[in-house]
Amino acid sequence: MSARAFRYRRPALAAIIAAIFTATAFSASGEIPLDQRRSAYADMSRDNKAMQDDDTSNPGMLWVLDGEALWGAKAGKAKRACADCHGDARASMKGVAARYPAFDATLGRPVNLEQRINLCRAQRQQASPLPYESKDILALTAFIALQSRGQPIAPPDDKRLTPFRDAGRTQYSQRQGQLNLSCQQCHDDNWGKNLAGNTVPQGHPSGYPIYRLEWQTLGSLQRRLRNCLIGMRAEIYPFGAAEYVNMELYLMWRARGMKIETPAVRP
Amino acid sequence: MARTLVNVPKKAKRGEVITIKTLISHIMETGFRHNSLGARIPRDIIDSFVCTYNGEEVFRAALHPAIAANPFITFHTVATESGTIAFKWTGDNGFSAAASAKITVE
Repeated sequence: MSARAFRYRRPALAAIIAAIFTATAFSASGEIPLDQRRSAYADMSRDNKAMQDDDTSNPGMLWVLDGEALWGAKAGKAKRACADCHGDARASMKGVAARYPAFDATLGRPVNLEQRINLCRAQRQQASPLPYESKDILALTAFIALQSRGQPIAPPDDKRLTPFRDAGRTQYSQRQGQLNLSCQQCHDDNWGKNLAGNTVPQGHPSGYPIYRLEWQTLGSLQRRLRNCLIGMRAEIYPFGAAEYVNMELYLMWRARGMKIETPAVRP
Repeated sequence: MARTLVNVPKKAKRGEVITIKTLISHIMETGFRHNSLGARIPRDIIDSFVCTYNGEEVFRAALHPAIAANPFITFHTVATESGTIAFKWTGDNGFSAAASAKITVE
């Protein structure tokens, strides 16, 4: 081959390599197109869908009843109930769950709904915080989130949240754990395929807290994220860790516009 | 306090077969599990469910340790007359819960 012919071929080769790299880069960071997003509800059996749809057979509603009672119950040294400040939750809490996590100016970081409830308890009710995954915190969160059922997820347009959301996105796309997996590899690149007997969901946080049949109880998004981390054999963070809130921020942004289903039922 | 959710149609025609759905919050601890220290967690389940229609028993179920938490029981009966359909759950450690619903039969 003459030197001239070789020089002639090189740009073409470079273009092919560049094309391959671009293609890989796209598939690796491939966010799901907005119109292809779907709730894991769509993958459930007819029976499980019926369970979620009917409020008298959805076990999550048992927690909602508890939450409603807690909403009106006086608590703490201040002897004040949530309802004493916020009034009827049906009006005052409508759409709240759809826009959380939100930035808390005093703390200088985002807080999720559970943390907001506990901040309210500490500051306004002078009550002790409810432990993560306790019946009461799940009940209050479910009751508040139910008031947003059917509303589109609407992450706030707040510049202060951007660095935290970006941190969440980085965590989401970073390989971690002994299996060296990232969230993205399952939930963006391989959703809809089978992982053992289950369909890989897209991982949208639209129905939390959820009643998971496997848990036989209601559980938070943090509990679900810990599930995934254990599955990846990665380090789990303690409940309430900033990493979960960052991740929740990114996941809510990723699910923007999708409808809140709380309390959702999942197998 | 155990929370209950019951679904009974408000109205029915005489002789119509109606579906009744009931749900109750209960941990249904089997008695076969052990805690982190190896001690057995004592059994704590609902073992009986009874439904009465204007005082007459129309459905009864015996529950056992293999039943999942928050038992959901659904069954059918014939709408005979207007009145009250009452439900009673009883179980370990003196557990007892009740609920009722009104039905109008035309």
